[in-house]
Amino acid sequence: MPSAPAPETSTELRVELASILGAEHIDDLTRLSGGASRETWRFRADGRPLVVQRQRGGDERDMSVEARVLRAVTASGAPLAELVASGVGASGASYIVSAAVEGETIARKILRDDRFASAREHLPAQLGEALARIHTIDPDGIDGVVDVDQLELYRVVLDEFGAPHPAFELAFRWLEDHRPPPTRRTLVHGDFRLGNVMVDEHGLRAVLDWELVHAGDPMEDLGWLCVRAWRFGGQGPVAGLGRYEQLFEAYEAESGLRVDPEVVHWWEVLGTLKWGIMCIGQAETHLSGRARSHELAAIGRRVCENEYDLFLALEGRW
Amino acid sequence: MGAPHDAPDMGQLVEAVREWLERDVMPGTEGRLSFHARVAANMLKIVERELAVAPEHEARHGERLATLGVSDDTELAAAIRTGALDHRIEEVRAVVRDSVLDKLAVANPRYVQ
Repeated sequence: MPSAPAPETSTELRVELASILGAEHIDDLTRLSGGASRETWRFRADGRPLVVQRQRGGDERDMSVEARVLRAVTASGAPLAELVASGVGASGASYIVSAAVEGETIARKILRDDRFASAREHLPAQLGEALARIHTIDPDGIDGVVDVDQLELYRVVLDEFGAPHPAFELAFRWLEDHRPPPTRRTLVHGDFRLGNVMVDEHGLRAVLDWELVHAGDPMEDLGWLCVRAWRFGGQGPVAGLGRYEQLFEAYEAESGLRVDPEVVHWWEVLGTLKWGIMCIGQAETHLSGRARSHELAAIGRRVCENEYDLFLALEGRW
Repeated sequence: MGAPHDAPDMGQLVEAVREWLERDVMPGTEGRLSFHARVAANMLKIVERELAVAPEHEARHGERLATLGVSDDTELAAAIRTGALDHRIEEVRAVVRDSVLDKLAVANPRYVQ
């Protein structure tokens, strides 16, 4: 939701953007979202609609890595907002400026509004094609892309929260016992789902939100897209709007590679577990005082939805 | 319930605030504020449901855990992790599933298919 910027921030940013872009007029500066360290603004530079993401201080998710990733993704042909500029500004904040892409990101609108009826038919295949293109990228060709074992990472994250959950332990045991061999090692988007893609009446316009990009097994992205939480109440397993076969066939046609549904299922189970653990983390962000918010607090009571989803996903497979 | 305190009781106090959020705040606001009022009303519904069933749920959970010889979820989680209860794993899964269903009955009853 847009909100009015503080005047001093707005003025400082206006000057910085004019200098970065060599623009005379920076207008309509509107904050789209903002967290503790990263914020997104929309604006016009000499009339051209643009978006800037900026990050203060030394966050481990370095925006310069993200900018290098975006250049590689542009070359892969996956739909992306055009990268306009990136670097570190005079204020010390790192930034990425991209072209503004018109459309909708809110999942519930994409799943229910009449204007997206045609988009919904095309999206499962378009999402599969976009992933196949992203997965042509060799992560070793991009300096600074991290490679972390997702199962081990979330084991550590859950243990650090000190919140033991028997259902999650059952899931960890199953995941350890049924882990498939890696299919390939590619660039992985890491958060590929409705909410993080721009959609218009024709379907997918741009893949957004690259903060969690990493190197790993590309089947992680396919599994995450099918996690029940990311169906937002929709019926189809793929993003709440399509069948698995629609996603897999489009991915196979674009990549020339076979998709093993059992491998994707393993990643879907891990994704369900990950989002459950992330829900504990969101409540913890509130409870620890890092960001007091009743919205974050409420997410703590959604942990059991993921526990339930794990039982659904593992029914008949224990 | 709640002696020596007067009416309204805890559930009725929460209910009154929730009704005000639903009746006046949600329709009288828009965008982010209206959405956050809806989140708040949903949270109060959780509190109302939990107040109604908490003693029953707590007793039931204790009984379930006792059948497995553990006293709380921390012990059960550890036993699953180390494999100490592997010889009774189907019972363990049934116990965990029942606890999850109780949690959902309070947090989001409509979620269960």
